Parts: sequence; structure tokens; C-alpha cells
Amino acid sequence: MATRSGTPPTPDAEPLVKVTGVSKKFCRDLKKSLWYGVQDIGSELVGRPPQASLRQDEFWAVRDISFELHRGQCLGLIGHNGAGKTTLLKMLNGLIKPDRGRIEMRGRVGALIALGTGFNPVLTGRENIYVNASILGISKREIDARMEEIIDFAEIEDFIDAPVQSYSSGMTVRLGFAVASRLNPDILIIDEVLAVGDIAFKIKCYNEIYRLVKHSAVILVSHSMAQIARISSHCLVMDHGKKAMMTDNVAQGIDCYNQMAPSMTMTQMGDGRATLDKMLIATGQGEKVTLDLRRERPAQVAVRYRDRLTLAVAIRVDPGVRYIRPQFSFLDIEQRFVAQLTPPRPIQNRPGRLIITATVDQISLNQGTYSLGCAFYEASGSSEIVLVAFRDMVSLKVSYAGYLGAAPIQLLGSWRIK
Amino acid sequence: MPVSPRPPVINIYQPESEIRHPLRLLCQMGQDLLASRELAWRLMVRDISAQYRQSLLGLLWAFIPPIITALGLVVAKNSGVVNIGPTDLPYPVYVVFSMALWQTFVEALNGPLVAVTQAKPMLAKVNFPREALILAKLGEVGVNFAIKLGLILLLFLWFRIAVTWAVVLAPVALIHLVLLGTAIGLFLAPLGILYGDVSRGLTLAVAPWLLLTPVIYPVPTQGWFGWVVNLNPVTPLLVTTRELATHGVVSNPAGFWIASSLTLVALGLAWLLYRLAMPFLIERISA
Repeated sequence: MATRSGTPPTPDAEPLVKVTGVSKKFCRDLKKSLWYGVQDIGSELVGRPPQASLRQDEFWAVRDISFELHRGQCLGLIGHNGAGKTTLLKMLNGLIKPDRGRIEMRGRVGALIALGTGFNPVLTGRENIYVNASILGISKREIDARMEEIIDFAEIEDFIDAPVQSYSSGMTVRLGFAVASRLNPDILIIDEVLAVGDIAFKIKCYNEIYRLVKHSAVILVSHSMAQIARISSHCLVMDHGKKAMMTDNVAQGIDCYNQMAPSMTMTQMGDGRATLDKMLIATGQGEKVTLDLRRERPAQVAVRYRDRLTLAVAIRVDPGVRYIRPQFSFLDIEQRFVAQLTPPRPIQNRPGRLIITATVDQISLNQGTYSLGCAFYEASGSSEIVLVAFRDMVSLKVSYAGYLGAAPIQLLGSWRIK
Repeated sequence: MPVSPRPPVINIYQPESEIRHPLRLLCQMGQDLLASRELAWRLMVRDISAQYRQSLLGLLWAFIPPIITALGLVVAKNSGVVNIGPTDLPYPVYVVFSMALWQTFVEALNGPLVAVTQAKPMLAKVNFPREALILAKLGEVGVNFAIKLGLILLLFLWFRIAVTWAVVLAPVALIHLVLLGTAIGLFLAPLGILYGDVSRGLTLAVAPWLLLTPVIYPVPTQGWFGWVVNLNPVTPLLVTTRELATHGVVSNPAGFWIASSLTLVALGLAWLLYRLAMPFLIERISA
């Protein structure tokens, strides 16, 4: 069952959202998936319960998820791609039926999922506001009364009577959000909608969401842990459809998510003119890991924010190569390239083994897990050819007891307050 | 903003088939039908205005196809290439009017599948009354027919076609014709969303179906062909509409009543299928 905070913050006795043992299966094979669809419709029509067990090529996309949510609570739903978050949201929204379990939703449900649904590119912004609002279940009267508010919020006064196809993607999203946030739901479902727009608009969106959160039960899916930390009161971590953790300690949930870094398999690339056989990682805390790259098994290293990090490799490069440029890369949990470490000038090649050492005095990565890779380029003129490269060599876990930042790089600064 | 006190709507989602609670299901169907009026109107206005805004000839597109078809057939008939028996109306009027009715039927037939296919991204992300898509398409069919009606009226005036008081009943028959198309379209839509074969098959079937319907020739009374044409459920509905709109004498009232009752029953069942199948379709389509 769900973990619940001591006292619900509102007088609602019944939870607005009650999810009990919900599971959903999907099929990997398209042909079979379509045929199973036909079978399921057949079962539904004759009133037979759906096939409870897995058929060939099926898997549980969501498995045995339970939780309760009261007004004023916000559940942050986190997990890697394919963990089943979106599927769970679709069931909560009544778009698809669960294969097992039961979902109870009390009250009007609003979803900030697909912004600008039903927009027709040929029609004007104003016309599209009515269409979009109508799809979301907002009446014409409500929209008429708040048209100015929507246009103001979306910041598109000059374009409101121009066709939407002339809008920039940011403008379209702003208009979509402006309409969707006019909802006054009891239960609000938000899926990754804040990943867009410029920073000023994002802040406006946040404030709007805070307003909605106060009066409703919210389920928020986001890959931004900072967003989750800021808005959620509870946290459900999903892993391959299953519950990995359900907690009202959001920081703990985020930590659980970070530790669930997808199991890495080291991959090697390059044109064969260089071989890399050993790597050494050392931290200021005295931890030292030596990696045998011929056996290609990734290592895990823990480091504290502002700690020293030393990376050293032993490499042999074909004598035909005169200059090499090493590069270490740091990828975050979503495989985004967040930082790199490269010497300012290429390194001259020498026959035999070359030991290259790089030291970062103070690591300034935000708390989280990063995947470390390296690449060695032949630096000749403007073109750079990869001699040898490794991906996912080391999983680097950066820990920090204090502030959980939103950006992957937390710059080091000195502060003075007078 | 204060939360307005409204009676709590409780939605329960579980694996159990909805058909096990027929009363609840019927209530929900009724509620959703009522709730979908405004959205249907919006969607219809959206589609029609977008269609005409992106067109130079605009309304002319409603007139051109029947005129060209009629011209071709009139020329073919007069030159003796095809042998078509005498019709109860002057042939050009007969063909244009009948073709307009047939096209309206075909639009209604294709409507549900087209509507659902176009709305896939919306269906996969937003929970709105699904009936709205169908109502919007019906509205579009109605508007398209109204435009064609202008041409038909001109022809009626030009050829001085006498009209009786029965013309007021013609819309009733026409509605049944449209509903028959919608019912068949609704039956096919769920399968058509999953498999592309359905929409191809439908396109393929429409041409021979036209030939089995008294649209470009008068109702045959004899032989196996006459028998097949009279078994075609479109025949009594289309013919009755045409008769009511002109001389007012219904030649086959029994056929009309059978076909229209079948239509209404089929429509109800098709609606049920459409509704029940929707979550399973959304599950299988990626949008």
C-alpha cells in the first residue's frame, strides 16, 4: 500500500485518487499486438474478463502499482524511459483500461499532457483557443470570460489573429499551456510539459502549477529531479513497470532513481590505430579504482561535490599519428552530454606507452549519477578522427548533502553578503 | 481561486467489461452524447473553416464533381454508349440529385474512420467524449449536402420539376440514409484503426456498390440484377428520399421501413462497439 504522510492537509476524507494493484501489459510485436487488440475488443463485447496472463511477446508495462493521493498532495512519478510512467498516466486519465487492479478518480480530472491538442495550423490563435479548450472540456462561456487572460498569459497579443502555423514552436506551446491551465480540476495530471519554453515562461508555468497544486491532487511526471523536488510531496519511483520506491521523502526517492542508473555496458569504438588498456580513477577522498579496459566491465566510483577527481589512462597510439587530443565526457542519466574535459592543446604522440593524466581540482557536477566516457582523436588540421573511444566506462556517483540543484553543472563561487 | 463545490464525479477504471453493467453503460452513453455537443460543434467549425480557408475555389468544389459526372453520363446516354431506361425525372436532374444523395451516403460511410484516424493524437492523449468526433463528421456531411442542395434547387427550377407537399418528409428519409452510412462506418472504424486493409477495402467496395444502387439508372424491377439491387439496403432509403423530394409517391414503403429499422438497430450496436473498443484501440495505436 501507499505510504501516506501523517495527516492529509485537507478535510477530504476520501482520497481523490485511489490506485489499487494496477497492472497493464503491452506487446513487443506489432502484428501480434494488433491481433490481441481485436481479441480484447471481442472479449469486452461478450463481457468476458480480459486475459489475465501474458500472451506470447507480451510483458508487464505497469505491474502492481498502488497509491492514494489527497487534495493538496503532489505525487512525483519518476523512472527511466520505458518504466511505465506514461502508461500509468494514461490509465489514470481513463484513456486505456487496466488489465488488473482498480483506479478510483474522484472529481474533475485535468491533464497538462499534450499542449495544443487539436490545433489546426490554418486557423488563427483565437479560433484554436476555442477548439483546444473545448477538447479539454472547458466551456465557451469560461473561455469568453477569460480570453484576455489567456492571450496575456501566452504573450502573443500581436499574433492572436494570425494562423497558428506562423507561430514559433515556443508560441504554440505557450498558447497551449495558457489554455490548459485555465482548467480548475480536482485531479491534475502533468506529463513533462515544462520542458519547453524560455526560462521566463517556465517560471510563469511553475507559478501557475503551484496555484493548481494547492487545490488539487497532482500527479507529475518529469525527468527534471529539481522540478520533482520543488513541487512533489510524495514520490513514486518506477522501474520496469514495478514500484521501486514509494515515499513521502522526495529526496530519498530521487536518490533511489539516481541509483537506478541503467546497467551499463561498456562499448568501444575507433579506427584501431590506438589501444587503451588501463584506466585509473582516483578521488580526493582516497578512493582509487583501476579499470582493465580489455575486460570491458564498467566500474562505479563515488565522489563528493567539490572533491578532486583524477583520471589517468595508459594508451598506445600508432606512430603515424603525430598529435592526439584526449577528451573525457560526462553524460547524465538521460544520456545528455553535460560536461567534457579536454586539454587546451593537442598532445604530441610518442612511441610506446603514453600515460595521460587529467585532474579536476573541484568537481562541480550536480548531485546525481553520470556516465564517464573517453575519446582520443587524431588532431591533424581541422579534421579529427576517432582513434579509440569508450562509452560508459565508469558510473560516477556525485553526492552532496546540501542543496539539490536543477542544472547539471553547479558552478563554484565564493559568496559575500554585506 | 476557491474550489467550487460540485458533486464529486467518480470515475472507476477496472479490467471488467463495461457491458456487464448495461444500465450504467447506457447512462454514460447518453451523458457523453449530450456532453459532446459543444465539442462536436467546435470540431466541425474547425474542419470546415480550415478546409475552405485553404482553398481557392472553395464552395465550387461541392458543385464540380456532380456536374462533371452528370455531364459525362448525359453525353454517354444521349450518344447511346450506355443504355439506360427512362427515368421519372429528366435525366440530368435525376443523375445530379441521385449522385448528391449517393455522395452524402459515402461521406457518412467514410466519416467515422476518417474522423478517428485524424484524431489519433488527440484520442491518445486527452479524454473527451468520443461521440464528438462522429457528431462533428455528421455535421460536416450535413453542411456539404446543404451546399449541393443549392445546385439541385437550380436544376429543379431550370427543368421545372413539380414538387409535392411530400418534400417536407424527404429530410427524414435522407437522415436515415446518412445514419445507415454512419452505422456501417462505425462498425468498420475499430477494425479500420488497427488494420489499413479496411480503408482500402472500403474504397474498393464503394465503386461496385454505386453500380448496385439505382443512382445512374432507374430502379430495375426484373431479373437477378433487380433482385440484388433491391436487397441493397441503400436502395430503399435513397430511392424513397428521391421520390419524396419529387413526385411524392413512395414506390416501396415496406422496403423503406425495413431498411430504416435495420439502420437504427445497427447504429445503436455500432455506437456500442465504437465506445467499448476505444480504450483498446488507443492502447494499440501510437500517436
